[in-house]
Amino acid sequence: MDGMLAYSLIVLPIAFAAVIGFAPTRMSKWIGTAGACVTLAASLLFAWTFPHWTDGGYAPSLDAADWFPAMGVSVAIGADSVALLLILMTAVLMPLILIGSFTAITERPKDYYFWFLLLEASMLGAFLARDAVIFFVSYEFTMIPMFFLIANWGGVQRRQAAVKYVLYSFGGGILTLVGLLYVAMKMHAATQSWDFGIASMTEFCSTKMPASEQVWVFILLMAGFAVKIPLVPFHTWLPLVHDQAPTGGSVILAGTLLKLGTFGEFRIAMPMAPIGGVEWNGVLSVLCLIGILAAALICWVQHDAKKLVAYSSVTHIAFCMLGMFSLNSIGVTGSVMYMISHGLSTGALFLCIGMIYERYHTKDMDELGGLYRRMPIWSFFMVFFALASLGLPGLNGFVGEFYCLIGAFIAEDTAATGYPGLMGPWYAILAGLGLIAAAMYLLMLVGRLVWGPLREPGHHDAHHSTHQTAAAHADAHATQLPRDLSPREIGILLPIAVLCLAMGLFPQPMLRVIEPSVKNMLAPYPALVERYARDGTLLEADPNSPLAAAEASTAP
Amino acid sequence: MDPTTAKLTLIAPEMVICFGAVVVAVLGLMQQASLRRSVPLVAALFLALSVAACAWSYSTPAAESSGLLLPYLGSFAKPLIACVGILLVMLGGTAVDRRLEAAFESGRVPFEAVRVLRGEFHAFLLLSIAGTMLLASATDLIWLFLALELSSLPSYVMVAIGRHARKAQEAGVKYFFLGAMSSAIFLYGFALLYGATGSLQCTEIAKALALQSETTGVSTLAIVGGVMAILGISFKLAAVPMHFYAPDVYEGASGPVTAFLGFVPKAAGILGLLTVLSMFGWTGHIAVLGGQEVELHGLPAPIAAMLWMMSVLTMTLGNIGALLQRNIKRMLGYSSIAHSGYLLMGLLAGPEAGLNAVLFYLIGYGVMNTVVLASISALERNGEEVETLEDIAGLRNRQPVLAWMLAIAAGSLIGLPPMIGFFGKIYLFTAVLEQGQTALVLIAAINSAVSVFYYLQLVLLPMLAQPNPRSETVTAIPSPWPKVASVVGGVSIIALAIFAQPLLEAASSAFGAPTVSAAAATSTPTEDSLSRVIDR
Repeated sequence: MDGMLAYSLIVLPIAFAAVIGFAPTRMSKWIGTAGACVTLAASLLFAWTFPHWTDGGYAPSLDAADWFPAMGVSVAIGADSVALLLILMTAVLMPLILIGSFTAITERPKDYYFWFLLLEASMLGAFLARDAVIFFVSYEFTMIPMFFLIANWGGVQRRQAAVKYVLYSFGGGILTLVGLLYVAMKMHAATQSWDFGIASMTEFCSTKMPASEQVWVFILLMAGFAVKIPLVPFHTWLPLVHDQAPTGGSVILAGTLLKLGTFGEFRIAMPMAPIGGVEWNGVLSVLCLIGILAAALICWVQHDAKKLVAYSSVTHIAFCMLGMFSLNSIGVTGSVMYMISHGLSTGALFLCIGMIYERYHTKDMDELGGLYRRMPIWSFFMVFFALASLGLPGLNGFVGEFYCLIGAFIAEDTAATGYPGLMGPWYAILAGLGLIAAAMYLLMLVGRLVWGPLREPGHHDAHHSTHQTAAAHADAHATQLPRDLSPREIGILLPIAVLCLAMGLFPQPMLRVIEPSVKNMLAPYPALVERYARDGTLLEADPNSPLAAAEASTAP
Repeated sequence: MDPTTAKLTLIAPEMVICFGAVVVAVLGLMQQASLRRSVPLVAALFLALSVAACAWSYSTPAAESSGLLLPYLGSFAKPLIACVGILLVMLGGTAVDRRLEAAFESGRVPFEAVRVLRGEFHAFLLLSIAGTMLLASATDLIWLFLALELSSLPSYVMVAIGRHARKAQEAGVKYFFLGAMSSAIFLYGFALLYGATGSLQCTEIAKALALQSETTGVSTLAIVGGVMAILGISFKLAAVPMHFYAPDVYEGASGPVTAFLGFVPKAAGILGLLTVLSMFGWTGHIAVLGGQEVELHGLPAPIAAMLWMMSVLTMTLGNIGALLQRNIKRMLGYSSIAHSGYLLMGLLAGPEAGLNAVLFYLIGYGVMNTVVLASISALERNGEEVETLEDIAGLRNRQPVLAWMLAIAAGSLIGLPPMIGFFGKIYLFTAVLEQGQTALVLIAAINSAVSVFYYLQLVLLPMLAQPNPRSETVTAIPSPWPKVASVVGGVSIIALAIFAQPLLEAASSAFGAPTVSAAAATSTPTEDSLSRVIDR
């Protein structure tokens, strides 16, 4: 039964996308929304019947259908609790995004809803995959709908942004593919059979692969995920893409697509090559710190509200990764929690900015201000989500952020304490500065957009001849969109707000279901951390090195 | 089965095609327009017949007793070459002589057999395909040489007559002279191989080379011969350093001929290189020599190093060259160079996985390349071929199907799932990684990331750009067949990927070694000095 449900999560959006292809254009938004809603219902049902909430197991149990038996590729799908949470988040966001696009997307609506449903199918496929090839196929396929969504409905530089997005993602992704193939090939050499199952690849790579190879495999696997996450030196595609993408595209990019990177890290890179994870830990955690602080400072000087939120997404995701690289269960649990809450609150911020853009056709904070006087309801949501995003206690952002920081703080280099890790208080303190910076730039964003004297574009040039057309334009729009949020728009933001509040007030159930999965993922780490702290490296000691010689001489 | 009968059985498909070439050449000269019109259909029919002939000839024990080093190579390569050939006929069949035929029909011009080219064109196409298929069953160097020439000579003519333009004639001449030079190079290489081993028979050469590497190491003469043979044949592949002609010739030839050049000579080059390399043998490759299974030592170091260098340079130069092109066919010329680099990588990896992957990738590349060119050939602007990227801007508004097919083919050339190019790459990368060539795979991976940039233009412009004044005058040509070829190819790009299992199985059976008993029955006793005989 749950097997059927899991497959239906992928099949349903595709089926509805096919229906859109043949249905009349005016129907496409309804069919698209219906498809997303039915998928949401299926995912809720899947979650309801999910038997492994508390033990970290996978459902449906592995009954794979062969795809390329010659290569050992099979269609194996299943979710554990972490994957399921991400699936639920995707399934919740999707109908809201599509409903949110009703008025914004007037050109080629058919294509828009078609690509969105395919995007949903491929993202759910990546979260559900238990076979590395299925994972990678879904992971890479997300690029195709996203490319069209950006290039078709984006801003002025949309094509440049779309090409940049695919170039970066493909460039990283193909290195990840080489990493996966390398592991599969080594496994084939050892066992004489092809097998791309993630579980068996992880088992093989983490236990039988020599340390020096694991270090490189980790880097290869990381290459694609680091671009997708994005970790700081690889983040340069994100601001342009976020800026140019349509609102729906930005929401799904921040909400779910970036999570494919963090999820890949969690499910594939870290467990598959734990030695690499420990060896590169220092570099990666410093990158996270740089990401947190540098991106926060960049946020501070933005004039474009959407770019500000995009950069804030870079610093937040760096928090999430800091938690994951802390290598203890508190940090990683926080990291997973943060994935979900970041998806909700940043996604909602993008939706809010999109609503402003639909009304004023600008996102420039120099031209907009004091919108509380015009749009009190919108202002309420904007402030709410900004507070959620900066980590106000009681809202969702706080829990994940706090856990990540605690994880980094108590990451001791001895496993005996129960909190293995290689960071320590200094990392947490520096990252904590990021929290202050986040408060500054997000409050600045809210301060300029919501409070202060009213500034609206088109008012200061009233005496220009363009006034006529501008007014006509505004009038034309006034008939479509009310000055403040319409019930439809409130209906989009309200469920996210409720979820944010619920996650903030009652985080325990979620933390409890995340933990067992995290325990599985972290299993090899404590011993490795201890060894790393003792020896300074996990690479096998070179028998000819003076150190090894000295050890050998003292041993007897 | 005695060797002569076996050989004749094996070349049954080629005989069918050659007979077809004669029929087609005659039909094309007929006065009745309906008979002339039937030429492409008849050509396609003979190609389909040859697929059936392949099925028959490999169902007999002929392959086992033919004395081939890679006896089952043809069982995979031949039918698929013929299938892509049908696609090529579909694409180009109605293009040749289009205006002349229209003039005949209107009665403005009286029929003159001397002026019609359609029959010749198809006869040449069939002969070239036959030559390419013959390469898969070449037992000696003379055969190899003749087959390579049979595959090349018609293609020179096709380039020149495929299109009424100066450029085409220039391209034809350029292709011919450089091709003749490359033939001289590999022929000299063959002569040196003969000098080094004293035989023209592939199995005898392989035996002699195995003996040499057992005792004194492969002689310098043989290595120089091998190097020259490889360099000469790699002209067909458009691999560095024999790649200079590709962009010019691709640009000059008509669209359908360019599609032909992208596949048939490349297949010929790959099959020729496979035959030459199989005489040296790959590491761990078990060949049947004189009735016994012999484990070969692997490619001599200089040859392996040269292949490595060639592969890296070919893919890198091809991709970098393609980045700057605005002419679609020139871009495809460079992209064809780049893909040859990927194929060479697999040749270096050797049997079975590497060679399987090469064949799989080759067929996939043939289809994707044909789809791009078929989509372009289905369009015209003021009676001229569509050439630049600007011409296809906003194509989707008027020709949605062609725009989609271009997008699918470009996605597959990039290597995006779920298209065949993606699985081709997975297969190829895995095989090469297995040989420990991690650096080579990383270079290839970075290269395919570079290629994203120019292939995306083929998606971006037709699907998303606004039409410009230039592209607004682009219309579909009257014949529906290029469009049909494009759709058939586009669908198979996805279908072959999803249902790739049978294709993969067929590819992997192409390199199975024959059983010893069958081969031993017809061959001479072997020397005792072949010490590394494996008794199984």
